[in-house]
Amino acid sequence: MNRPFGTTILDTAFRYMVPFIMVYGVYVLLHGEYSPGGGFQAGALLAIAVVLTRLVQGREAIFDMNGDTAIILAGLGTLIYAGVGVATVIWGGNFLDYATIPLDLPAKELRPLGILVIEVGVTICVMGVIIAIYDALTRKDDDI
Amino acid sequence: MKILSAVFSIILLGLLVFGSLGLPFIGDKNSPAAEHVSPRYIEKAYKETGSPNLVTAVLADYRSFDTLGETTVIFIAGAATILILRTTAGRKDAEGGSDE
Repeated sequence: MNRPFGTTILDTAFRYMVPFIMVYGVYVLLHGEYSPGGGFQAGALLAIAVVLTRLVQGREAIFDMNGDTAIILAGLGTLIYAGVGVATVIWGGNFLDYATIPLDLPAKELRPLGILVIEVGVTICVMGVIIAIYDALTRKDDDI
Repeated sequence: MKILSAVFSIILLGLLVFGSLGLPFIGDKNSPAAEHVSPRYIEKAYKETGSPNLVTAVLADYRSFDTLGETTVIFIAGAATILILRTTAGRKDAEGGSDE
């Protein structure tokens, strides 16, 4: 593997840190309903995993995300959120009224489900924006 | 001119301090903010939203419209950053540059 400026210490620390950061990000997202956390924090954690990879391994990072892909993902996350709102209107409720989701579940379980879906949208949006900004700041002139 | 602005600043400071004296104390249960909608959230949030975390219940259910706006603002911020930083202006020596 070609590492331009990664030393052994950096590389080992990176190998141990990034998987745990990503798992913790997913945990913060999925468990945000019961404990402090939620979409914004989870998105920041997932983005930091990618940014850290870029910081340690440079431009030949094994775990990379293009800035274009990132900003498209961010728009997709916002679209998921707004789409849930529009869908609940189509299903005959108020905007973002999760109790109208047509699943065979009581409203007490439907509402946390709706919250989880919009939190996933927020996570994808925040992750994409952070990666896109980092990519725009560090990109070289010749690869636009 | 300097004296005038100094006097004006001191008057403004006095006004702000005077205004802040009328604010309710932090944690005052008789303050207007704590009397109106907060008790209802605290009492009924779990029953109505099914989320045991009060912060999530308010953020993503009662005020999810607000959070939609926040998410949109973040997306717009990212898009604006890309639009500003990725302009082609000022890249005269792009042709001669090689990749290390």
